[in-house]
Amino acid sequence: MVTENQCSCEQAQEEELYGKLQEVIKEHKGKPKELIMALHKAQNLFGYLPRKVQEMVAEGLNVSLSEVYGVITFYNFFSTAPQGRNNVKVCLGTACYVRGGQALLKKAEKELGIKADETTEDRRYSLGIVRCIGACGLAPAMLINDDVYGRVKTTKMMEIIKKYE
Amino acid sequence: MNLVRNHVLISIDAGTIMAGARAVEKALIDEIAAQGLTAEISVLETGSIGATGQGVILVVYPEGVYYGNVTPQDIPELVEEHLLKGRPLKRLILSEIPVQHVIKKEKTGLLKEQPRIVLKNSGIINPENIDEYIAENGYEAIAKAITSMTPDEVIEETKKSGLVGRGGAAFTTGMKWDFARKAAGDIKYIVCNADEGEPGTFKDRLILEGDPHKLIEGMLIAGYAVGASKGFVYIRGEYALSIERLEKAIAQARQYGLLGDNILESTFSFDITVMKGAGAYVCGEETALIESLEGKRGHPRNKPPYPVTEGLWAKPTVVNNVETLANVPEIILHGASWFRGYGTEKCPGTKVFTIIGNVSTPGLIEVEMGTTLRDIIYEYAGGIKNGKKFKGALVGGAAGAFLGPDMLDVKMDFVNLKEYSAVLGSGAILVMDEDVDMLDMLKSVLHFFRHESCGHCVPCRLGTAQLVKIIDRISASKGKKDDIDKLLKIAQVMQATSFCPLGQSLYLPISSSLKYFGGEIHSRVR
Repeated sequence: MVTENQCSCEQAQEEELYGKLQEVIKEHKGKPKELIMALHKAQNLFGYLPRKVQEMVAEGLNVSLSEVYGVITFYNFFSTAPQGRNNVKVCLGTACYVRGGQALLKKAEKELGIKADETTEDRRYSLGIVRCIGACGLAPAMLINDDVYGRVKTTKMMEIIKKYE
Repeated sequence: MNLVRNHVLISIDAGTIMAGARAVEKALIDEIAAQGLTAEISVLETGSIGATGQGVILVVYPEGVYYGNVTPQDIPELVEEHLLKGRPLKRLILSEIPVQHVIKKEKTGLLKEQPRIVLKNSGIINPENIDEYIAENGYEAIAKAITSMTPDEVIEETKKSGLVGRGGAAFTTGMKWDFARKAAGDIKYIVCNADEGEPGTFKDRLILEGDPHKLIEGMLIAGYAVGASKGFVYIRGEYALSIERLEKAIAQARQYGLLGDNILESTFSFDITVMKGAGAYVCGEETALIESLEGKRGHPRNKPPYPVTEGLWAKPTVVNNVETLANVPEIILHGASWFRGYGTEKCPGTKVFTIIGNVSTPGLIEVEMGTTLRDIIYEYAGGIKNGKKFKGALVGGAAGAFLGPDMLDVKMDFVNLKEYSAVLGSGAILVMDEDVDMLDMLKSVLHFFRHESCGHCVPCRLGTAQLVKIIDRISASKGKKDDIDKLLKIAQVMQATSFCPLGQSLYLPISSSLKYFGGEIHSRVR
């Protein structure tokens, strides 16, 4: 019983997401010039852009699937693979680079056991690189989801990351 | 009516948020409520005060007391002492007091006098309240333009002021407007480039966060001059707070009839839409940005035709940087000759610099064009951190130029730097002390370009990959004798043949690093 409930619950959740996606598509229907805005909203819903979502957006906005795929892979912001619950991004812009951004990335890779652009098996973390988030006065900087951390030390780094479940 | 006795301004920017500004703000509001002072004391958010590294910063008016490094634990004491009993809490008062105010030269948190035109209101007014902007002569310039100047006069005044684009290319703003005005077509667009992606640059973010109405007014004036009724702000997706503040400001301006149809009862109509970018450095290039605005991959276009004749949806389009547009209201309000009172003969006005790297007080400053690099580093940024020696600076972001110690007294403006084959670019100054490995710096720049090359043209796509391969080899002590010549040669070919400025600009960091630090870099190759 319990598992059945969970299953239908997950299904219902997914259905709800696709329902919301339909609303987004309706808003931008037949307007190819609003593709990027629509993709932003779609990724906000799903956390990434699976093929089915790409197909629906392409159909709704009247652009080809290859164009949608082209745009998604061009911009850093969009992802076609599922992301972890928490997105850890180490800044490697020039200012952070001078102040040890590289060492932060190495530390995170070692501790999380993944490389940049990968996700941990338990989906708790995705690790990525970001090129300058405009927090150069606080170099080296790290971004976890929407939170900016500045003057991060390799010794303190994991303490911060572990706070995110 | 409630009489507000004290205003507490809390500086909200990336730095203070990181230091816990939101928690302090919440604690403050709760404590004020607990003391029953809600009706008498108002808590307002403002933008950056221009000082970083001071933790959470609060300013209490009317006294004008600045507090730094405030934590939620300090709040009960601060509220009781200062707000209830009227005794400023000495232990938290900032020693370097950033004094306001307008366009006169006065002191700020970064030690020295700054003439503030662009950042006039930043950190002083509440950016989420249009009335505060209006109280600082806001929207007077557009009113003056609409009621007493023809569009041609606005363009003429802007031309006379000598204002050039602050995004890096330094093209004369008035001329750009003139071209677009004279271009054929009924529909024209104003696009504000807020896709600030040059590493080390965050000036536009702080203008947007600290004084969004200034940008709106600048765009209105540009729209009036050019004959456009629609504007777009293309803004980095990462700049969440900027987007939120700008959208709020646009909604308020609409409410006041300052955006929309028949502005100030004239025949001029103008509205602004905010568009979120999606993370691509190349979209800072104006034609790539236009492609992206149209919902496509951000590939640069062939020029000519230039955007001023065929831009967004093939209509005449002006693309201006945030800082450029933020200069416009003051120029229209006070006149071109007033503006020419700042800066140098050939390069009037001020420039907002972001000064970062190994300096004591990194941050944002606005100084006159032509201020020397030495003054910027030693007077405004407190000198090199930990008393170390200055080794070099990377000026203008990743696409900029390295400068060596003998360039400390060079005047920092667009025209003068050109004579030294350097650029001012976006105004990022990355300072490096004696311990910085120059080869490693150059490596980071080249890696950046490989990542951001958009793949549209062959020289840039393959060139950046080869450059990275070679520099990685040198860095791993496996460099070959002719590797450094190869770096230079590849960059030369890229400069001559790349489709857009991204690939063309790589020659500069490579050649300039070899010019000033050639010995060090050559010693890494057997």
